[in-house]
Amino acid sequence: MRVMAQICMVMNLDKCIGCHTCSVTCKQTWTSRPGVEYVWFNNVETRPGQGYPRRYEDQERWRGGWKLTSRGRLVPRAGGRARRLASIFANPLLPNIRDYYEPWTYDYNALFDTPAGDDFPVAAPRSLISGERMNTITWSANWDDNLGGMPEHESDDVVLQRIQDKVRMELEQTFMFYLPRICEHCINPSCVASCPSGALYKRVEDGIVLVDQDRCRGWRMCVTGCPYKKMYFNHRTGKAEKCTFCFPRIEVGQPTVCSETCVGRLRYIGVLLYDADRAPEAAATPREQDLYPAQLGLFLNPHDPEVRRAAEQAGIPHDWVQAARRSPVYDLIATYGVALPLHPEYRTLPMVWYVPPLSPVVEAITASGHDGEDYRNLFGAIDTLRIPVSYLAELFTAGDPAPVELALRRLAAMRSHRRRINLGEPVDPEIAASVGFDVDKLDRMFRLLSLAKYEERYVIPTAAAGDVRRLEETELSGCSLDYEGGPGMGGTESSGPFGEASGRPAPLSVETFHGLRERQTSESAAETAGHRGRINLLNWDGRGLPEGLFPKRREDGDGHGDGHGDGRRDGHVDRGEEPGAGPGEVSGRGEGGES
Amino acid sequence: MPSPVDIFLWGAFPYIAVAILISGLIWRYRYDKFGWTTRSSELYESRLLRWGSPMFHFGLLVVLLGHILGLFIPAGWTAAVGVSETFYSFLAVTLGIVAGVLTYAGIALLIWRRRTTGPVFLATTVNDKAMYVFLVAALTAGLATTLINASTLHYDYRVDVSPWVRSLFVFQPEVALMARTPIEYRVHTITGLVLFAIVPFTRLVHAFAAPVQYLFRPYIVYRARDPRNLGTAALRPGWKRSDV
Repeated sequence: MRVMAQICMVMNLDKCIGCHTCSVTCKQTWTSRPGVEYVWFNNVETRPGQGYPRRYEDQERWRGGWKLTSRGRLVPRAGGRARRLASIFANPLLPNIRDYYEPWTYDYNALFDTPAGDDFPVAAPRSLISGERMNTITWSANWDDNLGGMPEHESDDVVLQRIQDKVRMELEQTFMFYLPRICEHCINPSCVASCPSGALYKRVEDGIVLVDQDRCRGWRMCVTGCPYKKMYFNHRTGKAEKCTFCFPRIEVGQPTVCSETCVGRLRYIGVLLYDADRAPEAAATPREQDLYPAQLGLFLNPHDPEVRRAAEQAGIPHDWVQAARRSPVYDLIATYGVALPLHPEYRTLPMVWYVPPLSPVVEAITASGHDGEDYRNLFGAIDTLRIPVSYLAELFTAGDPAPVELALRRLAAMRSHRRRINLGEPVDPEIAASVGFDVDKLDRMFRLLSLAKYEERYVIPTAAAGDVRRLEETELSGCSLDYEGGPGMGGTESSGPFGEASGRPAPLSVETFHGLRERQTSESAAETAGHRGRINLLNWDGRGLPEGLFPKRREDGDGHGDGHGDGRRDGHVDRGEEPGAGPGEVSGRGEGGES
Repeated sequence: MPSPVDIFLWGAFPYIAVAILISGLIWRYRYDKFGWTTRSSELYESRLLRWGSPMFHFGLLVVLLGHILGLFIPAGWTAAVGVSETFYSFLAVTLGIVAGVLTYAGIALLIWRRRTTGPVFLATTVNDKAMYVFLVAALTAGLATTLINASTLHYDYRVDVSPWVRSLFVFQPEVALMARTPIEYRVHTITGLVLFAIVPFTRLVHAFAAPVQYLFRPYIVYRARDPRNLGTAALRPGWKRSDV
């Protein structure tokens, strides 16, 4: 037994309202830079739907994940090492930018530069890839949000195709839920296995899968390798990027940005202990439907003194073992058994799990005029509503309905049980017993799932205590800009002597800071001449004026710009006449909050 | 007695070019690991790349192999294993033309793609454009040399060029040998050496990242956090001198 610890996430899909706050805050933090405009480390898909990138689950096409050879060996589905190297010059399994979507901005300047006329000027979309005007925007990361375009795109849902089931249109009416996705930080990551340079690695301490930007050579094999298509190619720097599980936050005990900002409070983060020795064996389980129980079998019970001793012998810090004992993730996955892995059939042993949504079932019963909260009705409905269950089973258990049904039954039992308490009816221990729980256990599950206290949702041990001082950017440990190359580097225009992307990379926070500042203070919006100077309102922090949204103010006599003051109010706005004719660039706007 | 120009070109310049190559690689590895990448544009366009890139790269690998065989295996060795001179040159010329034309067609397709595909052209830097000039110059000279050789078939480069190359490695450059070769050989040699010299400073540097080690590595890579590399801040003592 070789005990390893992994930071793991569980999402409770019942609570996801599809608001995309996680996606937006993640993008704001990690991918609001040129080169990764099309990248969403976190995205929220509506199911049924195609997903992002389109039809990523079609492994017949993309060949992500692992496959079992006839001799029982695991090899990447796209081919072994030699095969990968042979296709290194052109990789037919690499998605095109249009499989994601072509990122764009708008010609906001046109709203002001257009001469007065009979028609309203429009801000036309402009591609951030080619710099050219786009006549029609046809796709984006969540274009089929809320079943948008469903009758047309329904046949494109890979999962739906697999359940050879009837009544599809009816399913569309009764059944829809949201699926937020981040990198799965798999125990058996096929992206890592596909990387020819060895730049991708799984961190020993917390199991987070990261890209070493200095070792990545841009061979793009990881994009093919990942069956979830959560590896991305930064087309500006020529390097792979991926969800980092917000490791700088995790290391100091904070939840990821997507979790922190989740309005539904549906994400849980905690430590899982697993037996790394048995992982290859579990990933090579012959039957795909057995992969979920096999992975479940890898997880070690942190309440077992034997396991704790083995963990400490394996060098796992004491506070990590303690955190594993309080782990909400372990409870949802193992103790209550309501969380399930996403697409275990890819054999990567994913570590972001999901509590399947019960709400569509409840809604379906209520719509048919029955009491949707009664557990007998609910249990019956779970059994008879084959379509949602088989759809969920295709997502979470490689098609085996039993674990999904059990999870939904437990959720249903919790619902009925708590309703009796709310209505002042006597507690019926029969409800808990019907799903193999006692009342106390059902109540504890309710507390974790429904009350979902912050400190119970996130139990995150910090990195080794001795390192804490260096992780926090205090006065003692120096300035956070004190990296090689010094402050003032970074920003979207910094490049080494070999053109774009050469030279030392600035820390991402610094690049984002400069990018934000440049976007706020540069003169033009959607520059046709290149990637620079684009305006992205997502990045506007509300301070100052986002440059390019408003025309330049004419230099007036009073000499000093009024800092924070709202420049629009005094109405010195040139419309149409000689844009940019002012002698100097001096203006106080936008600077106040930054410098 | 070779002229001073010949001495420089065939006695000094090869060493200069290789010195720039090696020191440039070391320098770039130390200071620009981040920029050491293929900067692939496959994400933007893959239809043309799917043909052009393998044609160019595989063609180039064969060309490279041909150079190694031709320059480093003395004529005496091939004769010793029973390969006649005519058969050897027939083989060399045929393979050279096939690989050369493949490479040349590949680079032509790739440059055409780069110019005509909007996003790819937008991602092309000045450095890239300059690099293409040198690359195409070396390829053109090389292919021309092969074609001239094929059409005349009376010059054997293993008499002059190959011994000269080998003499470089023992630091006894036989300048006179190279100085008397046909002009196309000399032009190709110079353009090739210039290309060597610029490799570390262009995107061509990705050739030196060829991931051979992948074949011998376990699939899953584990790495522990580097204790020297936590956070972005430099390590400082845990105390601070008081100003008092």
